[in-house]
Amino acid sequence: MQLVCPAGNLPSLKAAIDEGADVVYLGFKDDTNARNFAGLNFNDRTLDQGLDYVRSKGREVYVALNTYPRPQGWQRWQAAVDRAADMAADALIAADIGVLDYAASRYPDLPLHLSVQGSATNYEALKFYQERFGIRRAVLPRVLSMPQVKHVAEHAPVEIEVFGFGSLCVMVEGRCLLSSYAAGQSPNTHGCCSPAGEVRYQETATGMETRLGGVLVDKVGRGETAGYPTVCKGRYDALDKTYYALEEPTSLNTLDLLPELLAAGVSAIKIEGRQRSPAYVRQVARVWRQAIDSCLRDPQHFRPRDEWMQQLGAVSEGQQTTLGAYHRTWQ
Amino acid sequence: MKLSLGPVQYYWPREDLQDFYREVADLPVDIVYLGETVCSKRRLFRYDDWLETAHMLREAGKEVVLSTMALLEAESELKTMRRICANGEFMVEANDMAAVQLLSAAELSFTTGPTVNTYNAATLKVLADAGLKRWVLPVELGRDSLSGILQDAPQGVQTEVFAWGRIPLAMSARCYTARAYDLPKDDCQYRCLDHADGLTLRTREGEPFLAINGIQTQSALTCNLISKTEEMRQLGVDVLRISPQARHTGRIVQAFSRALAGEGDASGLEALMPVGGCDGYWREQAGMNYSQEP
Repeated sequence: MQLVCPAGNLPSLKAAIDEGADVVYLGFKDDTNARNFAGLNFNDRTLDQGLDYVRSKGREVYVALNTYPRPQGWQRWQAAVDRAADMAADALIAADIGVLDYAASRYPDLPLHLSVQGSATNYEALKFYQERFGIRRAVLPRVLSMPQVKHVAEHAPVEIEVFGFGSLCVMVEGRCLLSSYAAGQSPNTHGCCSPAGEVRYQETATGMETRLGGVLVDKVGRGETAGYPTVCKGRYDALDKTYYALEEPTSLNTLDLLPELLAAGVSAIKIEGRQRSPAYVRQVARVWRQAIDSCLRDPQHFRPRDEWMQQLGAVSEGQQTTLGAYHRTWQ
Repeated sequence: MKLSLGPVQYYWPREDLQDFYREVADLPVDIVYLGETVCSKRRLFRYDDWLETAHMLREAGKEVVLSTMALLEAESELKTMRRICANGEFMVEANDMAAVQLLSAAELSFTTGPTVNTYNAATLKVLADAGLKRWVLPVELGRDSLSGILQDAPQGVQTEVFAWGRIPLAMSARCYTARAYDLPKDDCQYRCLDHADGLTLRTREGEPFLAINGIQTQSALTCNLISKTEEMRQLGVDVLRISPQARHTGRIVQAFSRALAGEGDASGLEALMPVGGCDGYWREQAGMNYSQEP
């Protein structure tokens, strides 16, 4: 079982590799990947340095090209595929059917993975991508319960990768337009959820308001921490109450499920967070490396150590974690 | 251009649904999409009921398409989808790649709904090769993207645009309607029956923002492209989709029908919306923006 860690920049890449990541995934500095934020991602120089570092340690690099090109940008995505093939990426992680088609026909030797943004939640969908484009692996959206993950893995024609830790998307990835509805840009079109230019923090007499595209997403009292305003983690009014109608600010943590994921034949655990700091990547990679090694040695008796849970809790959104959809009661 | 009626996105009582489609039989829509696309627990209308409705509408002169679920997780959901794909007489709308895969493998022509992500002509070509006959523009794309896609579009594929209705924005494993009532999903008590147009979420400033409909999240505002029909015709759009709502669907269809005939006044439809209108996506802006404030 591989540990796949996020590399938003060169320091994060090194931190992940130093702490034992088998693979780092990264994107180029534009809207061809779903973490298109200022200051993140790789240019030619940092990419070369990063590749040298990863290969000197015998590990792998995956390139995320997981957004949906509109006609205006098509050539940029083609160029990004060319670049990934050129650098001999160990895999290209893509979502768009047109991009997969281009990559598969132009570079038959470039290994393809279906991104979580491809929204494939069942094995019939995976067959489509396997038969048409020869994908080798798929990353599952964070909406399946543990038995459902197991069922997909049993019947899938490809390897399965799942999210183990990080910010929790509560919607099927690749089909969530909440950000563009409020702010004109979505992960699909622009590679970002809640574009920074549309985010406002406003201090008021009673506390802090957070807005996206002018929409009041949340309001916290003095002394409370105001999170980054994503639509799915805002507080709204319905049925005469104000509440987190979709989800609380919380992170996914599946450490408890590691033996089950291993038994289900899951090939890789993905850590979310290319937008997070190198310190986050270091901490999370270290804990998960230890956990996976411990689980591989003796899956029967695997129990997440308290210190691991504390360390992961400390870097979690809202300082709390959940099993998310893996656990039926969350749904 | 033709008019279509999309699948009913909400959970309506059986009698209401029957009454609704009896009315549809006499409305000036050319194409009707039938079936449950949101939640597999909604079973007041079963496969045979949908098929019976399909026959009734076909006899009334409609082109009928059977729609499939957008989020397929359980094997039972795949099973229902396989049965619909194998119906043998009606075209099927795939709302997930699973249905595309099955229909393509069976060498059946199909249509795709708005959740099959088709953002460029290269994607459209792959789907056309698999048997696609008509597609729906992703709801977050607008005229510039559509114009670019159609420049390189394959022959023989029709284009449909979501032109009226609360916009399907996202879906989840979690049931937000059950959550609103503090109920577990497995014991949801079918509370979505009480919200025939979804449950409106307002911001803490009282602005209508989203609408929850079981596992689906919609816009609170109703997409209204009635004033863009001529622009769409010039771009090469073949079909305009009206998404059914609890009340006034007939009047909305009549208004669109008149607009397509170049008759009547396209204004004043705001009064028929649950809370208000929007058209930002069509103009390549934030979806909630609206250019024609009443």
